[in-house]
Amino acid sequence: MTRLAWRAAWVAAAAIPAAFLAVFFAWPAGALILRGFHDGATWTLAGFEAVFSSARTWRALGFTLASATATTLLCLVLGLPGAHALYRCSFPGRGFLRAAVAVPFVLPTVAVGVAFGALLRPDGLLGFLGLDGSAVSIVAAMVFFNYSVVVRTVGTMWARLDPRLAQAGTTLGAAPLRVFATVTLPALAPAVLSAASLVFLFSSSSYGIVMVLGQTRFHTIETEIWYLTTALLDLRGAAALSVTQLVIVAAALWLSGRAQSSLTRALRLQPDVAASRPLRWRRDGAALATTLAVAVLLLGLPLIGLAWRSLHRDGVLTLANYTGLASSELPGISVLGALGTSLTTALAATVVAVPLGLLVALVASRRPRRREGRRALALLEAAYLLPLGVSAVTVGFGYLITLNRPPLDLRSSIVLIPIAQAVVALPLVVRSLLPTLRAIDPRQLEAAAVLGSTPFDVLRRVELPHLARGLGLAVGFAFATSLGEFGATSFLARPDRPTLPVLVFRLFGRPGAESYGQALAASVLLAGLAGITMALAERLRPREVATW
Amino acid sequence: MKSPIRLLAAGLAVTALAACGSTGTQATTSPTPTETDTLTVVTHDSFVLPQELLDQFSEETGYTVTYVAPGDAGTLVNQLILTKDSPLGDVVFGIDNAMASRASREGVLADYTSAAAAGTDAQLAADQLTPVDYGDVCINADSAWFDKHDLTVPATLDDLARPEYKDLLVVSSPATSSPGLSFLLATVGAKGDGWLDYWQSLKDNGLKVVAGWTDAYYTDFSGADGKGDRPLVLSYSTSPAFTLDGDTSTTEALLDTCFRQVEYAGVIAGAQNPVGAGKFIDFLLSDEVQSVIPENMYMYPAVTDTELPADWQKFAPLSDSPIEVAPADIDANREAWISQWSEAIG
Repeated sequence: MTRLAWRAAWVAAAAIPAAFLAVFFAWPAGALILRGFHDGATWTLAGFEAVFSSARTWRALGFTLASATATTLLCLVLGLPGAHALYRCSFPGRGFLRAAVAVPFVLPTVAVGVAFGALLRPDGLLGFLGLDGSAVSIVAAMVFFNYSVVVRTVGTMWARLDPRLAQAGTTLGAAPLRVFATVTLPALAPAVLSAASLVFLFSSSSYGIVMVLGQTRFHTIETEIWYLTTALLDLRGAAALSVTQLVIVAAALWLSGRAQSSLTRALRLQPDVAASRPLRWRRDGAALATTLAVAVLLLGLPLIGLAWRSLHRDGVLTLANYTGLASSELPGISVLGALGTSLTTALAATVVAVPLGLLVALVASRRPRRREGRRALALLEAAYLLPLGVSAVTVGFGYLITLNRPPLDLRSSIVLIPIAQAVVALPLVVRSLLPTLRAIDPRQLEAAAVLGSTPFDVLRRVELPHLARGLGLAVGFAFATSLGEFGATSFLARPDRPTLPVLVFRLFGRPGAESYGQALAASVLLAGLAGITMALAERLRPREVATW
Repeated sequence: MKSPIRLLAAGLAVTALAACGSTGTQATTSPTPTETDTLTVVTHDSFVLPQELLDQFSEETGYTVTYVAPGDAGTLVNQLILTKDSPLGDVVFGIDNAMASRASREGVLADYTSAAAAGTDAQLAADQLTPVDYGDVCINADSAWFDKHDLTVPATLDDLARPEYKDLLVVSSPATSSPGLSFLLATVGAKGDGWLDYWQSLKDNGLKVVAGWTDAYYTDFSGADGKGDRPLVLSYSTSPAFTLDGDTSTTEALLDTCFRQVEYAGVIAGAQNPVGAGKFIDFLLSDEVQSVIPENMYMYPAVTDTELPADWQKFAPLSDSPIEVAPADIDANREAWISQWSEAIG
């Protein structure tokens, strides 16, 4: 193929996921936002005036930025030792721990809210901390959810860094901390930034946690959009806030993209080195201790509390909630049915998201010589993260008013659920694949080309094997995210075929100890599934990847 | 999910179409009722009926029935308004009395009231809608807690603001939960223009506001599974039927603090299958459905002579004098009240 043909092929490859996002994200969200500015006859900016003259909006804006920044910093501070301990050291139980820290990521917020609330209220286990209904409890819960994003994104990269550079530094007499700061950290920087921007996006658009733990005292832009849209049907105000949210998200992405492009360098990636690095207490002790402390105190306590409560009914220790799941003791509610729906839709969402994500990652990892080309790719990459930063209520209401006519009357169609979940999972797939692709040494690609390989051979023999490494993680994230997705799904849910998170939400809304107990048991089931998914993703990836 | 490729192709086609503009396809709806072989039921996410009954309806009518639930009861009407020019379905169930007059004013409903509505309490009637079930939202008390602390259980709204009940009450927010909105309406009905001052006095008396009913009942309330630290909670008059200890209930509803919620069904304006929509509403009022409403939706059946479960007769009394607010008032002021509440209390 000629160079021109290759370029055309790449553009085509970029067009497929772009069309997908245009139809299932940009169009619905855009249509709803537009309604806020155009009331059928005239254009208006009244929404901005009304919203920005309210003190409530400014408080929400401030709290959004402050809590998301605090969460991001904390996740990095706690997550980097976690990435080291779980991806650079080999010790028994590591696989379990890796999977376990990923569990919170997919838990239904309402279950986590109940678990955190029970721990923190005045007579709870951690009640003495006086954190009930405080901003600290919200940030703690956000860190609970997002810790694994940093550990995984940075960890998979770290595991494959060429250790010889750091060894050289040590041999030359540099202290471990200095080696870390001058050699390791710069090499990890793109992965760190990638993780940081994800955490920032997740926490700045967090709805459930703020609602449940903020006890209506704290608001974010996301909760304000929710409130204006669903409680007041104030589309103008909601549209003005949605645009504000987009600006913040775009700014965050632009900053992280710029920083990444100036920091990304090709690294000599190795097959996973952790296996050959047994734990050494002097070197790894601090990181491992930090990780264990986080795993037990921050992640473990709420999860154990949830599991413990799921084993009780009317104050008595019992398995009734779990046996009830199988026997469907509540009329009209089938947990096993919901489990089936969840697994099918998550599988379908993964089948949609992973190939699209692969395409995006491959396109975005090109290294065009011209500056415009590089800019275009940076823009493309950022565009795929936008769905994470836009309110689920905006997209959900958007679906209702756009995908409503043949040939795409999908509002009541069951296929829209996996599609919506794929929109949410796609950015995660891209982000878990990109750092690895970017880090392939260009000399390796050039060498292959010089030796007579066609671009297709290079793709097949060099890039795809590298990708395979990250693929397990990407599939795991996509599947687990789709399993736990609630925001967009809840708009599209069919009462006769709910997914597990929708069912958990519904069970929590029903009176009676049976419903409550089953909601807890179903949450634990969901947590277990997420854990198994992540553990499998870890296992299923190829043992050894052919390298140079 | 057999063919994502085909979907994508469809997607591409649609973007192209959308680019060409979406005008010119205005459907002209004929006034004569039509019948198709499919029926789409729009409802809220707490809609639960036994599968056998739903299957039976589908068999008897020959319709392929699809149920969609794009949100909770509070947002249902908003969604119908948003999708007016391309209706979400044929029939809606779950519009409540706080939103009923808005729905008919916005023209999202067609004129249909089931003949079976004759068997329901006349007080539940509303324009273009058929009442299906109802219930009372009331403050609940953990009677056991009050016994143990040797304190009289409060009875009225005013009691809740008295110093001996300081720091004991937890409610869910009117801005984010439907029982919360009902309680706000109860205070408006009881206090008139002084409702916000009343809330201020509750706040000064240590009121706790949380986002939803679940958080309030299961995390903060002392009488439920969560064993929280507050013995007074906003819930339903039927909740005591779910906290049984042998042949007594450990909780009770304060029947002087109640607001009555009525859930309605109606035919959606512009429905493809208005005939089927009417049949579905008749089905909701049939004996079979009415008699299983308590166990499935935790509401009272609207048809008056329907038999109630035994526990309900004993432990889930309705209020004799629920606090009322005129539907037109609610329609005119709902958003303003919520906003005022949010600024001052939430």
